[in-house]
Amino acid sequence: MSPETASNIVKLDGVEKHFGAVRALVGVDFMIRSGECIGLVGHNGAGKSTLMHVVAGTLQPSGGRITVGGGIEENYSVVRAQKLGIRCVFQELSLCPNLSVAENTRINHQSLRGLGWRKRAAALIKAKLDEIFPGHDIGASDIVRDLSIGRRQMVEVARAFTVTDDPLDLVILDEPTSSLDARTASQLLAFVRRFVAAGGSCILISHLLGEVLENADRIVVMRDGKVVAADAASAFDRDKLVTAMGGVEPRGRVAAEAAARDREKGALRVRARPARQTDGAELVAREGEIIGLAGLAGHGQTALLLAIFEAAARRRPGIEVTAPVALVAGDRQSDGIFPQWSIAENIGIRSIAKLRNGLLISPQREAELAQYWQRRIKIRTPDIANNILSLSGGNQQKALFARALGSDARIILMDDPMRGVDIGTKLDVYDLLREEARNGRTFLWYTTETEELDNCDHVYVFQSGRIVADLSRGELTEEKVIQSSFAGAS
Amino acid sequence: MAVGFLSGRSGAGTLDARGRAHLLRALLPALSLAIVVVAIAWLNPRAISYFGFTLMLNLAIPIALATIAQMFVIAGNELDLSIGTFVGFVGCVTATWLREAPLLGVATLVGGILVYAALGALIHLRNLPSVVVTLGMSFVWQGLAILLLPKPGGKAPDWLLAMTGFKPPFVPFPILAALVIAGVVQFALMRTSYGAILRGSGGNPSALARAGWSLLTTKIVLFSLAGFFGVLSGLALIGITTSADANIGNGYTLLAIAGVILGGGEFVGGRVSPVGSVIGALTLALAASPLLTFMRIPPDWQVAANGAILIIVLAARALISRRET
Repeated sequence: MSPETASNIVKLDGVEKHFGAVRALVGVDFMIRSGECIGLVGHNGAGKSTLMHVVAGTLQPSGGRITVGGGIEENYSVVRAQKLGIRCVFQELSLCPNLSVAENTRINHQSLRGLGWRKRAAALIKAKLDEIFPGHDIGASDIVRDLSIGRRQMVEVARAFTVTDDPLDLVILDEPTSSLDARTASQLLAFVRRFVAAGGSCILISHLLGEVLENADRIVVMRDGKVVAADAASAFDRDKLVTAMGGVEPRGRVAAEAAARDREKGALRVRARPARQTDGAELVAREGEIIGLAGLAGHGQTALLLAIFEAAARRRPGIEVTAPVALVAGDRQSDGIFPQWSIAENIGIRSIAKLRNGLLISPQREAELAQYWQRRIKIRTPDIANNILSLSGGNQQKALFARALGSDARIILMDDPMRGVDIGTKLDVYDLLREEARNGRTFLWYTTETEELDNCDHVYVFQSGRIVADLSRGELTEEKVIQSSFAGAS
Repeated sequence: MAVGFLSGRSGAGTLDARGRAHLLRALLPALSLAIVVVAIAWLNPRAISYFGFTLMLNLAIPIALATIAQMFVIAGNELDLSIGTFVGFVGCVTATWLREAPLLGVATLVGGILVYAALGALIHLRNLPSVVVTLGMSFVWQGLAILLLPKPGGKAPDWLLAMTGFKPPFVPFPILAALVIAGVVQFALMRTSYGAILRGSGGNPSALARAGWSLLTTKIVLFSLAGFFGVLSGLALIGITTSADANIGNGYTLLAIAGVILGGGEFVGGRVSPVGSVIGALTLALAASPLLTFMRIPPDWQVAANGAILIIVLAARALISRRET
């Protein structure tokens, strides 16, 4: 069957998805034919997972049209998708840890019921595991909680390929090899090829570009909620993919004069080696530097920041911290603000020692501190005694910056603090950070937004819990960051 | 491909240790029951007889049924703080309407189960904390019970007295009843295909929803089962005590929670055991008064001593659970 004559399994036309003000998908056209494997790639937040949730029916699109097997779907849902033969292995594991492997299989099959269902479910999953991962050691009666993360992923993948009543036409695999070792990963990819050769379809999402280039027939590249490139896999190579994902147009550099700064000059503030690091690479931050932590989300940046934070209070092996630290949390709702407190109280909490008057906190000094930072960081509020929740999200984040900057900390750790913050707030904060850095403060800044790295003097790129690249300001390009984030794929 | 380092394969040695902890955990409910029985036998050998067990375990049956009711709620990651007063309410209905106007009595009891179903729906749809909702309901049930039976009194229907007074040969009735309850619920929840779905709704609700199951339905079913076993508990209680009192079930709320946890359940994660829960309830019933009486602990101190036993057993369980992970 040549791709031109093959029928479309799923076709999306102008699909949109908004989460509040965030536009996760902006008019996506996408289709998959029977008997092909599509590789889907893109950087953090490009919209890959959202798109797959829409195809699998777990998210309803805000606009656009979904066509499955030629028929337009008006009320598309998970149940409907299953009936039409579409399955998805989600990135976050969706097994019930308290149930056995066989019982978890039952959850995906309405027909596994009545007498002997346990035997049938066990036989079904066992056969599929044997087929995909020959030589595995998973028993159907094993409780999922007791399985290692890799084995859980094997069960999850095998379960998606089991068939009872409903047909099986399309399986979406979202980072299916992320927890598998090299042997099981190649077993899985070989099975995917066999499945596709037999007429099935597969969407493979992976940050391992080599894996995608080797196994996909066609590759779709997403960026900022849009499909920016789609072509036969043979038309791409590593560099072309990286270019399509990130773009290489040089952007205007902020404060380029800082580039020439001599790294050896300032006093050492932080020297840290990630726990997973196997070679000698380590993160070094000196007085007055802004250090960027880059790479894909969740590859050990936050863990290292937290380790540095703990090391400031209690010595830890492999981490050296020479000054007081403060942390600006990324998830401000759960880790940052005290929702019952006023803006001033939220700002003052890190500096209680300085605000004390005898045993009590001096409200006057607390207000002075808060007012000073309100002016400097431009918190937009009529009264800093108002509740913190009266502020917009961006201004709440500013209050958290004020909390850290108003303290005695000489090292500020920032855990992707600009997530979901408007551009105006960002510009206010960027200016202030540079000013504070000139005054000798050190910033360690984890960010998922590559543009923000332009504010940094030095950038470390993380992958799988390790530092894989160490870029000075002069060397920094988005292409290099993406290149290193996706390293190790070939 | 450089992904191998991520798959944390546990070595055979750690699996063995974990297996031992698993076994210990599974045996703990039975072990604690055995310890209590041995202690009673040592203190008063005559208590270990057909008649002794019938007497000592009589009140264990309503406790076991209330524990099973609580277990269904806990299986769905919720908590029912109203089961005690609900059992009391059922008791009052049983000792009055069910005897005098059987049709009204039955309708009221069925209505009680429907209220439970509605609570499950409310908690799921409005995303309310079950602790708050059921705490409120506990006052509602208590109030209704007092309206129905302001003073202790009433009388159990004769058919109920005949049932609870049944004396089977060789095996004391409470033990037989405990075996039947444990067996039936164990089969229904652990062996049937929908039982797996019910437990899954506590283990990973979003996975269940993604597979196309209705979490509203599972929650309603779990709460209805709780209501059903609450009704059975109230019936059994009145069959044994023969008359009712609006406060008769108040202690059951915490006993039922303790029984589930003692029996190997967890507050979250859909991890419950029907057999364990029944054993937990029996242990609590025996430790509550027979053991303490035989130990010659004055009644004034029995409640405190009972609490101490609970803390010791639960602490042992917590220690074992920690080794398991």
